Amino acid sequence: MNQKPEKLIDKKGIRLDGRKADELRPLKLEVGILSNADGSAYIEHGKNKILAAVFGPKEVHPKHMALQDRMVLKCRYHMAPFSVQERKSPAPSRREIELSKVIRESLEPAIFMEYYPRTMADIFIEVLQADGGTRCASITAAALAMADSGIPMRDLVVACAAGKADDTIVLDLMDEEDKLGSADVPIAMMPNLNAVTLLQMDGILNHEEFETAVNLAIEGCKKIYTIQKEALKAKYVNAKGEEAEE
Amino acid sequence: MAAVVTSLKQKQIAQLAEKGKRLDGRGLEDYREFKIEQGLIEKAEGSARVLLGKTEVLVGIKIETGEPFPDTPNEGVMTVNAELVPIASASFEPGPPDEKSIELARIVDRGIRESKAIDTEKLVIEPGKKVFIVFVDVYVLNHDGNLIDASALAAVAALQNTKMSNYEVEDGEMKVKSGYTPLPMKKNPITITFAKIGDKLIVDPCLDEEQVMDARLSMAIDDNGNICAIQKGGTGYFKPEEILTVSKLAKDKAKEMRKKLGW
Amino acid sequence: MDNHGEIMPTFFEPKQIVTPGEILAEGEYIAGENAYKENDKVYASRTGVVNYENKRVDVVALKAFYIPRMADTIIGTITEVGFNGWEVDINAPYTAMLRAQDVLARQFKPQKDDLAQVLNKGDLVVAKIASYDRTHDPQLTVGEPGLGKITRGEIIKVTPTKIPRVIGKKGSMISIIKQETGCQIILGLNGVILVTGKTIEDEQLALMAIRKIDEESHTSGLTDRITQMLKEEQSKREENKNESKT
Repeated sequence: MNQKPEKLIDKKGIRLDGRKADELRPLKLEVGILSNADGSAYIEHGKNKILAAVFGPKEVHPKHMALQDRMVLKCRYHMAPFSVQERKSPAPSRREIELSKVIRESLEPAIFMEYYPRTMADIFIEVLQADGGTRCASITAAALAMADSGIPMRDLVVACAAGKADDTIVLDLMDEEDKLGSADVPIAMMPNLNAVTLLQMDGILNHEEFETAVNLAIEGCKKIYTIQKEALKAKYVNAKGEEAEE
Repeated sequence: MAAVVTSLKQKQIAQLAEKGKRLDGRGLEDYREFKIEQGLIEKAEGSARVLLGKTEVLVGIKIETGEPFPDTPNEGVMTVNAELVPIASASFEPGPPDEKSIELARIVDRGIRESKAIDTEKLVIEPGKKVFIVFVDVYVLNHDGNLIDASALAAVAALQNTKMSNYEVEDGEMKVKSGYTPLPMKKNPITITFAKIGDKLIVDPCLDEEQVMDARLSMAIDDNGNICAIQKGGTGYFKPEEILTVSKLAKDKAKEMRKKLGW
Repeated sequence: MDNHGEIMPTFFEPKQIVTPGEILAEGEYIAGENAYKENDKVYASRTGVVNYENKRVDVVALKAFYIPRMADTIIGTITEVGFNGWEVDINAPYTAMLRAQDVLARQFKPQKDDLAQVLNKGDLVVAKIASYDRTHDPQLTVGEPGLGKITRGEIIKVTPTKIPRVIGKKGSMISIIKQETGCQIILGLNGVILVTGKTIEDEQLALMAIRKIDEESHTSGLTDRITQMLKEEQSKREENKNESKT
């Protein structure tokens, strides 16, 4: 069992993992890494390791669940039993069920649901290792998996959290800051449309702190968005580094 | 009872919202009439019923004893569950809690937990071994929109109403004494929910408005005007400016409610 | 005052790779394939290569699934034998139907005709989309010359958007493959291609070429590379043949 650290930020403004208040954890994104899924992506963010896969559009089963004018979207966020310090039961927890819902609601606004009536798409998120901010990392990966599947989207969805550690508003909470900090504000957005599709908060913040956290998280989102786009394009820039042809 | 809002009504609601009006004549920032009753279930340690327009939610509190969580050995435990019982709506099916009832329970839970409404340190019987467990059971009896605010209100009112039997510890055994002590509370959080229709933000959406809205944003505000929980719901989105507008409006609205309720 | 003569901005060079949500143009442009317009801006809705043609902005998608269109020639697999027809997998989100009446070209007698004898689960057919709209699954027809059950050859699936690339400019690519391998090739617009050759080696060669096109479709000089590859493989085979004779 780890000892609880006395301070999350030292006198020089350096956090437990060496970062400054507005720095993101190291981030790696790969697209198209699963051969059976229609779209897939893998993210490493801090110590988070998460796989996302999309299947669809496909026929709806059971048939009566189909919608006549749009696609049906389903999402499952699930943590592997070995992903956290104390083994987690494989059965879906209430937290996973809530996260599955809010993640689905963060991605749906980006998808042209009306284009494919009477079909469905499944989003599967598997958290292989968790380290604070899994819902944000999951959304970033799932949006890439969705784009990789060829389902048309208004924009990518990217997510990042800000929070309060000791008395400072910081970007991209790591595990200890998530557990011991006094507020956590995860945000997901479509950056080119300036649209926030997920917003949650727990902790205590006054109005000014909340505004600072929201703006900081949005800045974080925009930085990750650049990396997201590159990951999607990287699949198509071949070994010769050539671009497209007529 | 129609589960789908007719497209005619949808248009009506959207058009009225454009003009700053609503179907039932309310202003964009007006709550429906609400009523709170406490103590109606004598067998529960605490209870409260909220009527918000036609939405009806009953919350019962049961107190039991048990082990504390390993990382908080000197604190009591609270757990919130919500049931969207079939009598409340033609669209609620019997069965284990689905994602809607789980989300509702967790939103109510966060408002109470993060604001530190319950003084959990005063719920310890034997540090590290035995504490009080507060079961908050949210029972939605009729669904006419804004279950979140109604449930959050009923939960806090029920907690305020909760009385715990006095006891003493003799030879390691708990013995009930006569008399009761109110559940120790520090704060009374209030949750305010806004719905977005077009580019208008309306408070306390009724069911028809919920079926038409793009998205909702709920904020739990504590006694000092701080935000302690937020949940966006629905498949639409908010602009960053709208989020900050909602947080200002929610703070003002909570203050107004607090005055009305005498909390 | 109208604004003719004012420069309307575009934000990418033609043939650059774009991702969903990237702004392609602003002003009096029309959103073409895999693009959409909102608030005077044209955005990409799929990952692909951007093309500007007069006032039209298109994205040639690098990956997209097949959505049926009237009169498309497709290749499908029988998945179910029903009472008065067959269900066909056409590599699309919707299952297609082929009616017994259409195949038997005469009145269908349920008691006398055993449909499984005509077409069974797993059989391949070349067919045309006879009808399709947003509210009904696609209906197929085999009532034209060249359509019907496939008895020989090999099937390969490619991303449907690559079919034009397999054809090449004025049929240049497909002609070369047919020439060098001596194979007959039927291109299903649903991304399924049928290759029929005199020998298995010939078929394998054609498949290799098609696979390469699928992977490198967005690069330049592909026609030359495919030609080179086919000629190299052919000479290798000639060598092997001559060696085994000694």
